[in-house]
Amino acid sequence: MLPAPFRAWFGARGWVPREHQLTMLEKAAADRSVLLIAPTGAGKTLAGFLPSLVDLAGRSGSSRLVAKGRSLARRGIHTLYISPLKALAVDVARNVERPIAEMGLAIRVETRTGDTPAYKRQRQKYDPPDILMTTPEQLELLVAAREAEQLFSGLKTVIFDELHALVTSKRGELLALGLARLRRLAPNARTVGLSATVANPDELRAWLMPGRPGEPECLADLVTVAGGAKPEITILHSEERIPWAGHSARYAYGDLYRALRQAKLSLIFVNTRSQAEMVFQELWSINDANLKIALHHGSLDVAQRRKVEAAMAAGGLDAVVATSTLDLGIDWGDVDLVVHVGAPKGASRLAQRIGRANHRLDEPSRAILVPANRFEVLECQAALDANYLGDQDTPPIRAGGLDVLAQHVLGMAVAAPFTADDLYAEVTTAYPYRDLERETFDRVVDFVATGGYALKSYDRYAKIRQTKDGTWRVSHPDIAQVWRLNVGTIVEMPKLKVRLGSPQRRVPSRGGRILGEMEEYFFETMAPGDTFLFGGEVLKFLFIHESEAIVARTADTSPRIPVYAGGRFPLSTFLADKVRTMLADPTSWSRLPTQVTEWLELQRLVSILPNRGDLLVETFPRRDLHYMVSYPFEGRLAHQTLGMLLTRRLERLRARPIGFVASDYALGIWGADDMGDLFKRGAPSLQALFDEDMLGDDLEAWMAESYLLKRTFRNCAVVAGLIEQRHPGHEKSGRQVTVSTDLVYDVLRSHEPDHILLQATWADAATGLLDIRRLGDMLTRVKGRIIHRDLEHISPLAVPIMLDIGKVPVAGEADESLLADAADRLIAEAMG
Amino acid sequence: MVAVAGRARLPAGVDPAAGSVTLTVAGCALTALPSGALWWPGEATLILADMHLEKGSRMAMRGLMVPPYDTGLTLGLIEGLVAALEPKRVISLGDAFDDGGGAVRLELACRERLTAVQAGRDWIWIAGNHDPRLEADVGGIETDELAIGPLVFRHEPRQGAAPGEIAGHLHPAARVFLGPKSVRRRCFVCDGERLILPALGAYAGGLSVTDPAFHGLFRREALSVALLGDGRVYSFPRRMLSAG
Repeated sequence: MLPAPFRAWFGARGWVPREHQLTMLEKAAADRSVLLIAPTGAGKTLAGFLPSLVDLAGRSGSSRLVAKGRSLARRGIHTLYISPLKALAVDVARNVERPIAEMGLAIRVETRTGDTPAYKRQRQKYDPPDILMTTPEQLELLVAAREAEQLFSGLKTVIFDELHALVTSKRGELLALGLARLRRLAPNARTVGLSATVANPDELRAWLMPGRPGEPECLADLVTVAGGAKPEITILHSEERIPWAGHSARYAYGDLYRALRQAKLSLIFVNTRSQAEMVFQELWSINDANLKIALHHGSLDVAQRRKVEAAMAAGGLDAVVATSTLDLGIDWGDVDLVVHVGAPKGASRLAQRIGRANHRLDEPSRAILVPANRFEVLECQAALDANYLGDQDTPPIRAGGLDVLAQHVLGMAVAAPFTADDLYAEVTTAYPYRDLERETFDRVVDFVATGGYALKSYDRYAKIRQTKDGTWRVSHPDIAQVWRLNVGTIVEMPKLKVRLGSPQRRVPSRGGRILGEMEEYFFETMAPGDTFLFGGEVLKFLFIHESEAIVARTADTSPRIPVYAGGRFPLSTFLADKVRTMLADPTSWSRLPTQVTEWLELQRLVSILPNRGDLLVETFPRRDLHYMVSYPFEGRLAHQTLGMLLTRRLERLRARPIGFVASDYALGIWGADDMGDLFKRGAPSLQALFDEDMLGDDLEAWMAESYLLKRTFRNCAVVAGLIEQRHPGHEKSGRQVTVSTDLVYDVLRSHEPDHILLQATWADAATGLLDIRRLGDMLTRVKGRIIHRDLEHISPLAVPIMLDIGKVPVAGEADESLLADAADRLIAEAMG
Repeated sequence: MVAVAGRARLPAGVDPAAGSVTLTVAGCALTALPSGALWWPGEATLILADMHLEKGSRMAMRGLMVPPYDTGLTLGLIEGLVAALEPKRVISLGDAFDDGGGAVRLELACRERLTAVQAGRDWIWIAGNHDPRLEADVGGIETDELAIGPLVFRHEPRQGAAPGEIAGHLHPAARVFLGPKSVRRRCFVCDGERLILPALGAYAGGLSVTDPAFHGLFRREALSVALLGDGRVYSFPRRMLSAG
């Protein structure tokens, strides 16, 4: 199977080709598309590229034609490699160039990302490399380019790296559409997917193949590599008291620091930026041994992040505190310990992060989990069990977004005139769009053309027009230019630069250093003078000036801890089920710390521990208020939605609810009336209160007002091109948006509630910020299985959520009543 | 409730001045209405600022197909106010159209609705920076500024203007810090000598009153804001404002 130079190359390194690497060669020879599932360190990348290298090495007269003029016949791209990260594409290019250089093969490898200079990207179009490493956005630009046909007509292989991570996002949907076009340009190309272990490989296998309406699903071949050495994961054991609630994990820093001292290079993962800041600060405050500890998260200045990455690779650091910015497959250095502070929220995420340690298959990775509170102890234990079981919990691939489709439709008009019939047939070969209805597709085309409104007043401004031959064409070259500038599905939240200023001066001196960027909404919750952690120091917020937040350094050492912002993942369904199972089964508690088992035992005594499928609802009085705490374990987002809906309902039933607070595990609602008594009298009954019909009218009414929906709408509007992020000449982002999408949303809802963009928003919210799908599943699951305990006191299980009250801002959107109360208070004061 | 949603025609019999706040400028009592319009009862004059009619179609010309209902919404709002208050005079404080060409693009149905609300009263278009000249006849009288009694009406507020200036242009909005969270709304800004109206346009954004553009226009100690709410205007002193 392996040609001589390759055998020699392996031999010279004392390596033997691995079995799956040879299998991949066989698959290529048989012209089969294939999904390769392998753990980190299994030589997955080489296995993916080996067939292309062998094929390219063996082609006749292997010196390639040098193209000078545009008319010259030449070879196009042989292998296209697509990765979710720019940095990963560059990293993999380096790894593939090594064997090519060492074997002296005449194969050209190049990368193409947003960072590639324009002249090089231009050159790549008429003089392409044999292997091109790129990203989903660049692929979309390439398939829409005038040169697309020549570029891809000779394409043999498309490799998708980290496919499991790509397919569950909007980028994955855009990529699937790009692949549908690639198949048309290069009908003989085969696909190769590289993936970590996933729950349902068949989805990815189908994703790799073209779907044909009315025919059974076609699956790519599957090659699975068994896991290497099992990782050594432990939960941090501490003599200190584990807190009931909170996310600081402060109790563990002493033990954690000792572990860092024993390792060469540690990666400390956390779930949120604010946690990263906190951990970083605390570790430095006890850094007696002067360990070189660095910080890495998405808000820091890019140059700063690159510096940390370089220092890591060079071995100049002892530990790095990081958020998901360091999650994906890049080899940053010789990491020998991964620490996870806070619960991992999903077993797959944990596996991925642990994979950062020891990139060698036969050596076990070492990892320590640090739960920040008692519920997290349960969650960590569940995640740990899951990793040993090899279970995975990647979410299912959802139906493709209509906003993404709208972007692609315009792109395909930029590429060449199309007929609706052809394009519909093409996009439905893409896996996420296989069930797209023709009527919906036509409405999307209509939306792209003129906005798709019942009032046809924009016909004269149409972006694409149907000509006499029935094809749709772009009506003006500017439209194409704006589309190119805005390709992609990553919508940035409006951000403010964080600049150092002086508290004495109202208008900042231009010289103040820029420390990084943060989402605008973060500052909206702050009053001037509030302090927060950023970049490892405590800053005082002064004021906002144009697009900058002006801050000052302060000697204050206890900042107002910022509320969760950015990168918070809800507890996965899979892990939630594991936690519920563990709660219900005392025989599984032996692995838990004594403090935690005592807590659970006490709960059993005072109240009850629900069975796996049951929903426990406790009611109890405390001070002058009445509380209702339920434990669905469905993640913060679903609980937040449930909280909104339940309080609306209770209000309508005149049960006088006041507020609620949601965590990943529980939901606490408080009010003026004795809810326990109401439930016992069946006014209402708990079954009625938790009835699924709350997802009907109540949800509809709430949606009309929800800021969460507005945030989702903004994303859809930008992706669909209703509002542009970038305009030629003003290539900044975020605040460039020319009209407030909140206002557009209000107008659209009142005038065209069935508009295609509202449909897209709804679909996004259902799986995203509102997590309605999960809430719906839960309500169905607990039907007839709600257990009510009316207690005289707070129960042990309720303590964590009760502690969150007052710390977490009260969810709810009672802006109007807040305004009225404040204004009335002032009037009352004035009246004396 | 969302303040800007459904600011459509007021139902008959509803008092548009309910929930309003009285602001005094140069001795004249003016009523700040929840819709964002200003009512001068003493002169039976209705004042409207920054309607930005046809902003939707102007964006559509640039390829941004935002819903085409903005003009109709704003007209509906004016129809409701005119029907309820029966003003003798209406003053548009400039930027009535998002651009001079907006008057040309105005759909026939909207043109007719505008003619209907203009009937039987004086209608004054003060020139704005967006619409220094209206490119089609849309009724009424065009002028750069207008003085009535102690008040001067102009589009853009002037540094050092004499007391009694009523202006628009800046689209004021204010964020008020209310304990658990802050709330941002369009607002009237007033210090007893000068008043700036919020923008009325369905797609008009807001500029924070803490922005440097407002510096020097108001006497700090006397400044107050009146935030637009759902059927009510909320008045707050300067000390409760937050940045942004």
